[in-house]
Amino acid sequence: MKKRTIIKLAFSISVLFLQTNIIGQVATESHPDKGIEFFERNIRPVLVNNCYKCHSAEARNLKGNLFLDSKLGILNVGDSGPAIVPGKPEQSILLSALLHKGMLKMPPKDKLSDRVTSNFSKWILMGAPDPRKPDKPKLVNNKIDLKEGRKFWSFIPPANNKASFISEGNWTRSEIDKYILAKLKSKNLSPARDATKRELIRRIYFDLIGLPPSPDQINEFIEDDSINAFEKVVDKLLRSRHFGEHWGRHWLDVARYSESNGMERNFTYPHAWRYRDYVIRSFNQDKSFKKFIREQVAGDLLGRNKRKSTNDELIATGFLALGPKPLNQNNKMLFNLDLIDEQIDATTRAFLGITVSCARCHDHKFDPIPTEDYYAMAGIFRSTETRYGTVNGQGNRQPSKLLTISSNNADQSKRIRDYEKKLDQENAKLLLMQEENRELRALKKQADSNQKARMRRLNRDIKDLKANISNIEAQAPTSEFTMGVKDGRIADARVLIRGELRNQGPMVKRGFLQVLNHVKSYPIGRASSGRLQLASWISQPDNPLTSRVMVNRIWHHLFGTGIVKTVDNFGATGDRPSHPDLLDHLALEFIQDNWSIKSLIRKIVLSRTYRLSSEFNEANAKTDPNNRLLWRMNHKRLNAETFRDAILATSGRLNRQQGKGSVISQLGDVNVSRAIRQLRQKQRDTGQRSVYLPILRNSMPEMMRIFDAAEPSLIVGKRNQTTVPTQALYLMNSPFISNQAASMGKLVMGKTNNNDDRIQFAYELAFSRLATNNEINKANEFLNKVSNNSPNQQWSIFCQALLASAEFRYVD
Amino acid sequence: MKITQNNQSKYEKTYLSRREILKGLSTGFGYMAFAGMHANATNSAPLTPKQPHFTPKAKRVIFCCMRGGPSHVDTFDYKPALVKDEGKELKKFKNRELMPSPWTFKTHGQSGLQISSLFPKLAQHADELCILNGMHSSVPAHPQSFLELHTGSFQFVRPSMGSWVLYGLGTENQNLPGFVSLCPPNNVGGAQNYGSAFLPAFYQGTKIGEFNQNIRAASLRNLDNKNISFKSQRQQIDYVQSLNRELLQRKKQSSQIEGIIESYELAFRMQSAVPEFMDISSENKTTLKEYGIGNRTTENFGRQCLMARRFAEAGVRFIEITHGNWDQHRNLNSALTRNCAATDQPLYALLKDLKNRGLLEETLVVWGGEFGRTPHIKQSDGRDHNSTGFSFWLAGGGVKGGITYGSTDEHGIAAIEDRMHFHDLHATILHLLGINHEKLTYKYAGRDFRLTDVHGQIAHNIIA
Repeated sequence: MKKRTIIKLAFSISVLFLQTNIIGQVATESHPDKGIEFFERNIRPVLVNNCYKCHSAEARNLKGNLFLDSKLGILNVGDSGPAIVPGKPEQSILLSALLHKGMLKMPPKDKLSDRVTSNFSKWILMGAPDPRKPDKPKLVNNKIDLKEGRKFWSFIPPANNKASFISEGNWTRSEIDKYILAKLKSKNLSPARDATKRELIRRIYFDLIGLPPSPDQINEFIEDDSINAFEKVVDKLLRSRHFGEHWGRHWLDVARYSESNGMERNFTYPHAWRYRDYVIRSFNQDKSFKKFIREQVAGDLLGRNKRKSTNDELIATGFLALGPKPLNQNNKMLFNLDLIDEQIDATTRAFLGITVSCARCHDHKFDPIPTEDYYAMAGIFRSTETRYGTVNGQGNRQPSKLLTISSNNADQSKRIRDYEKKLDQENAKLLLMQEENRELRALKKQADSNQKARMRRLNRDIKDLKANISNIEAQAPTSEFTMGVKDGRIADARVLIRGELRNQGPMVKRGFLQVLNHVKSYPIGRASSGRLQLASWISQPDNPLTSRVMVNRIWHHLFGTGIVKTVDNFGATGDRPSHPDLLDHLALEFIQDNWSIKSLIRKIVLSRTYRLSSEFNEANAKTDPNNRLLWRMNHKRLNAETFRDAILATSGRLNRQQGKGSVISQLGDVNVSRAIRQLRQKQRDTGQRSVYLPILRNSMPEMMRIFDAAEPSLIVGKRNQTTVPTQALYLMNSPFISNQAASMGKLVMGKTNNNDDRIQFAYELAFSRLATNNEINKANEFLNKVSNNSPNQQWSIFCQALLASAEFRYVD
Repeated sequence: MKITQNNQSKYEKTYLSRREILKGLSTGFGYMAFAGMHANATNSAPLTPKQPHFTPKAKRVIFCCMRGGPSHVDTFDYKPALVKDEGKELKKFKNRELMPSPWTFKTHGQSGLQISSLFPKLAQHADELCILNGMHSSVPAHPQSFLELHTGSFQFVRPSMGSWVLYGLGTENQNLPGFVSLCPPNNVGGAQNYGSAFLPAFYQGTKIGEFNQNIRAASLRNLDNKNISFKSQRQQIDYVQSLNRELLQRKKQSSQIEGIIESYELAFRMQSAVPEFMDISSENKTTLKEYGIGNRTTENFGRQCLMARRFAEAGVRFIEITHGNWDQHRNLNSALTRNCAATDQPLYALLKDLKNRGLLEETLVVWGGEFGRTPHIKQSDGRDHNSTGFSFWLAGGGVKGGITYGSTDEHGIAAIEDRMHFHDLHATILHLLGINHEKLTYKYAGRDFRLTDVHGQIAHNIIA
């Protein structure tokens, strides 16, 4: 009974609609035909009654992004594609849903009567006549309140707020300490004692260059009584070439640096190492972070007034080209969409600490980033051509060119030109000869003696020429290429509703994030991709995210945890800063110091806070168990690279030379899964610093994989830290550790003949401290226990124990 | 290797027996694996067994992964229409002819499931099998589909299904890895297929052995040290541990160092226990024969199946075994015969063994590959990739036995009824394990991720 009344009511409403619509209809269509009548009688009432609740503009909770209350809506949008294909009932999802065929069943509970469904089938077959206004399909939007969004802490420009600032007594050494102390006092926490000189020297060496201090370096520091002794060490380390190797690696984590594609077709990137070296160089040069950003996002566009972009500027854009790509995808459009998505993700998370890529399919669920903003940025990258190399074949359907970089010296360029010319000539000769040979061969037995002689000569010449060519190739002056980007065909992007190619929405102008529209930006002209403007917008001093995010990354590495713990996420789902005013203060100073990373690091490590010991204090731990307020220094674990480097340094086997290229460039363009054996040979340990090890997606060097190195497919500002028995097994049994222990053993034995002194020396090498008497006794005891081994072995076993101990892996 | 008197005492010294290792709970993988560092460094153990969302039907999964895409119309999807329409060309598939299966189908068991003559032994378990004939996936290309099968995504780097399961449930045996993958392929996504992506590394799968290589020699890496005697190594570890304990005392409080101390004890036990565990010679002769071990054809996959049972028995949460290659573009007759011969007996033995030991009801066995194959052919004796419709089968773990769920069209080209995408398979597997696939989430890059992303329909009709 009740149901019928509703239908009636619905019907009368639809009649009302019918009248108004027909008036509108007359103007556009001259023959409101039988189809319209059919729609009004058999289709619209059903839609109104059964579907509008979830699929109309009035729906309180729109489902499937499907609007059945407008002509365009029914034809166009919906998560599952168009609801109907006029004239083709069998292809219309709406119909199969009504029939409860397949996964989608509508209405979800009760199937409509056969009469109704057959009416729908007829109506679709008629071509789905529909008198309703072809309203533009709406995006599920308007939910994001940008004005409200701008009030979120990380979108507010940093301010110099000294309210939470104490300058009291003589405890504080720097501005930083004043912010720290204020928070500690407010919670009645007392800062730990200062670190000892030995603790400090070990800490600063590992934190700044990722290597342990040698016993000589330790003693030099201990013996230096001057007030600025520590400052001198800091400045020396900041100047060290190893600084860039250590801090560059931190950035490579964020840049998802890798020398192969990963994913379904794991091709090598034989030129990726140039980007690695560029990053190391940039940190060593103390390049302003602003410039560092501009080069990575738009280095190819920085040349001006006839000045071409420099090699480094081109190499820097490798940042945008290094990501994993679906190389097996044969649909170029889909391939590009994923490529662009990866670039947006890397750029926004690395520099801005927000996840714009969440807005690919719908408005960002937590942050004020509407879908339009995503596609505004997508337009920029769509107008960019990404050059990452790789070769055709073996399932790679999307190889690309590379960027050519000018060779550093004129000689080399000339050699390359000459080489290419010569190779071309010889190849042309070869082709001609082969052609002639084929013709002669075709004659078979009809060839006369002259021709036969000619053939013999040709065969010989071809053989020679081929050998010649391979000789020439073997001496090739390597052409210089790099991964990177350049501007491509300039065009805006369309919103793809739910991220689907077939659901095209409105066009969006290339641009940036609306929530940050107070940041100074330059208009994007018709002829430019907008990448330069994007780089400039990211690196504007008034961009509230960029400086904060970088300052926080640096803090994270020095203290083991960030002021904002979620270093890659400054959005609503991220952590809130433990010291917001300090973060702002540092961000502002960072900008003022011309975005100098070394100045910032110097400032932080010279603070008293950085120089506190890591000593435990029960009372403090009760109030602040996680040391969020920094009442002591955190006990930090060495990361995979530093751990390996420290082992090599301690065993005396570290090759401190700068890495030259990469073994991957020697392998060339290959599919990693088919070159495993070659790779394993090439991956043999050379004692180089870990930053120079070949980093391949899905095939990381064993020690890196076991000790939580960054997953090179992901943007990793903060690494996971796990403790698993495979690590212990590696330290107990791997050939690498055995070899290093043997070397260290020899080093220790060679130092002196006295066992106590040897133990003392080994302790200082491994832990940067002296052994206590008790420890010396215990070590002697242990050496006796394993005395059934040869002396060399005894010391090797002892040294391995030190390398494998927890103390070796931690820094106080 | 049998435990001799000598060895026995060696094991006793390290307070260990196989039983203990198998049942080991209090220490190990779970106890020591801590997430995070300073902040939130709690004593929570990520791998200890966790409460599922609701009462589970299955406790663990054995996934028999048939790399290459086994032909469904020749194995589990009976299509008499292919005989009728032999040689016909369908409108949608120009220049291709329909080819009936060269093998015959017969009904099996009380349930009368249709299974082809390629699986005579497995067919004896017809009443245990739940054949899914409405499977489909997104892309008819190996690497994408293989990744989608394993991680739910071929576009992005995402955690493997096994990692999600481990993350959701932990594992029962803390002395063995909770997620093992035997002989996984290096290509088609390689390590990504058992990787943990953004989940912490202790959820990643442990690879044992190489694809298409004899599992016999395979083991975990770094399990022994040739440079040092057993006795010296034990002394060495005792010394390392004393150093570690002193450090812990100085630090007063550090769950991380406690973790490291635990990890050494476990590692030392593992290096005796794992080889012993991998060594199947302690199994009785009948069992070995049943699995086809000793027979060249079935040897390798038989060993994998037996390992899978041993792992299952020991409480490993997610076990994947691999067989390939099932990519029969040509030589369908010979190659498919060979593949089925290599796997039929071992699969039969695995189900039987699990059943006899009372493990089948709590162990979900999953069989399938990245897609199926086309019933229409371009060259004789070869079928191409087909992702629009193909077959999987499940057994045990709370699914109904002796049923066929879902179907393809009359020729076996596309799934039409009770269709199941990989996402739906994932949702269903998690459901059987007591996990709500919409609630098993991990926050990464500012949002909650799940195995099924925004997809996944549970096939309730197949659950017993």
